[in-house]
Amino acid sequence: MKTDGEKEVRLMKGNEALAEAAFRAGMKAYFGYPITPQSEVMEYLTFHAPEHPDVVVLQAESEVAAINMVYGAAGAGARVMISSSSPGISLMQEGISYMTSAQIPALIVNVQRGGPGLGTIQPSQGDYFQAVKGGGHGDYHLLVLAPASVQEMVDFVIEGFRLTEKYRNPAMILADGALGQMMEKVALPPQGILPPTPAPWATTGKPETRERNILTSLFMEPERMESINLHLQKKYRMMEETEVRYECIGTDDADIILVAFGLMARVCLKVMEIAREKGLKVGLLRPMTLYPFPSAILRKLAESVDAFLTVEMNAGQMVEDVRLSVEGKKPVYFYGRMGGMIPTPEEILEKLFSIVHVQVR
Amino acid sequence: MTMHNDMEVVYKKPQTLTDTPMHYCPGCGHGVVHKILMEVIDELGIQSQTVGVAPVGCAVFAYDYMNIDMQEAAHGRASAVATGIKRVLPDKYVFSYQGDGDLAAIGTAETIHTVNRGENILIVFINNAIYGMTGGQMAPTTLDGMITSTSPYGRDVHTMGFPLKITDLVAQLPGAYYVTRQAVYSTQHVRKLKKAITMSFQFQKEKKGTCFIEVVSNCPSGWKMTPVEANQWLEKNMIPFYPLGDLKAPR
Repeated sequence: MKTDGEKEVRLMKGNEALAEAAFRAGMKAYFGYPITPQSEVMEYLTFHAPEHPDVVVLQAESEVAAINMVYGAAGAGARVMISSSSPGISLMQEGISYMTSAQIPALIVNVQRGGPGLGTIQPSQGDYFQAVKGGGHGDYHLLVLAPASVQEMVDFVIEGFRLTEKYRNPAMILADGALGQMMEKVALPPQGILPPTPAPWATTGKPETRERNILTSLFMEPERMESINLHLQKKYRMMEETEVRYECIGTDDADIILVAFGLMARVCLKVMEIAREKGLKVGLLRPMTLYPFPSAILRKLAESVDAFLTVEMNAGQMVEDVRLSVEGKKPVYFYGRMGGMIPTPEEILEKLFSIVHVQVR
Repeated sequence: MTMHNDMEVVYKKPQTLTDTPMHYCPGCGHGVVHKILMEVIDELGIQSQTVGVAPVGCAVFAYDYMNIDMQEAAHGRASAVATGIKRVLPDKYVFSYQGDGDLAAIGTAETIHTVNRGENILIVFINNAIYGMTGGQMAPTTLDGMITSTSPYGRDVHTMGFPLKITDLVAQLPGAYYVTRQAVYSTQHVRKLKKAITMSFQFQKEKKGTCFIEVVSNCPSGWKMTPVEANQWLEKNMIPFYPLGDLKAPR
């Protein structure tokens, strides 16, 4: 077994690496329902459950039941994860909305597939809107992390648990079928990397020493409901101030900046490399948090570059946030494929050169 | 008011029941079931070890009246929420408290599968054959021919489906350890319900499996009757269709 300092290095599939990371991050319960392309998560967890007798791993009768089991277990103070893929995540939206209002933390993993509807089982980024704009009913956001490698499928589990517990707001890892299925070298953290977060609000049985704990999302008086909303909004502003994460590659001297997250950022790295060989100064901005969104850096980059090209595996979702951030200062172009199709570097280059042509003219 | 300090206290409100005035309509069975449930928790001394789950429906505010840790579930999902709580706190007492729409319509899948897994919890199921909170609509347990706001000409079982005896269904499942149907329309029945709840918590302590108590109850407002008429109607119409007694009991 190779170790990298304290870390253990293995060759692993994204879904399995994520599952192993959850064990190591001190996850106490997992509830799920099979769906391609993320079924390996629950398969891995159930297979290795005997090594973790204090961890609950339960296959529910539906995604609807599973997310409500998460509500119950996380509400009882446990560190809980749930995973699914696009159609299953749609079924969970009611429960997720309730959890944001009742302020119950949990980590939700969406290994996206193509949609809408039953769609395909191939990778997609079609759930961006659902993930970052709320998804269910009411005014809320999830903390959304977008991994771009198997290593980040591991790292963002730890970060996701940390953030969801810090804010008592559900967090989501927005991956895709390719990240879930592909194998890469990965450094795993040691068991116990993340100490438990005290949860004095949890329903664990009321001792005489405190008032009863109630977890609810029902506030009949509009004044009270508004005050809950204001509290949530305050948390979101705090996230926007402190939790934005992104990666800038070659942006310092860039004339054109590619904006892409997850798997598309990996493809765009190749695009950047080829473009630079051809003498085009191209940079890459990769949002690692999709909510909160890295608006400030985009606004800043808009001062120095000629244009942005957003590349996504959808019909153009994140590009709306890029445009909102750039505030019309520079043109923001878009290229995307849908329904499980992954844009190739060649297609993106073609789009890139068409932009250059426009910019030069 | 004169204080009678020398008088013997023969009965008092359970201390686990809060002083919050209940929102239930006069004559409604919910208040009685709440009180009995809290009385049992008092007598067993398990207030600090119990976590309850409230439904969506008339009992949505159950946590206002029960002085224990509680979670309010989405409509129909109370038994899934209770499953989550119990799985991470296996030594605590966990119960869900649900109405007929919650448990036997929108939450049917959760109900069946929770019991089928033999989750070691108590499910209290209040069957008053109507959706009280939303204004008296037809419930899965509404009787054949019964008038509600969405079956204004009486429930036509050929187009609206038949009244669902979900407790009979649940009793067939191997995960169910104790399944009983009780009522609260007379003191005799209240006493029997109390015994069933006490036994259920004992079984839960012994990790026997799911205990399921249906309480055939009334809805004076939804039924458009006085409390006395409602109880008389219940005895005459509900009890013959939903006969009281144990459907599954340990030998």
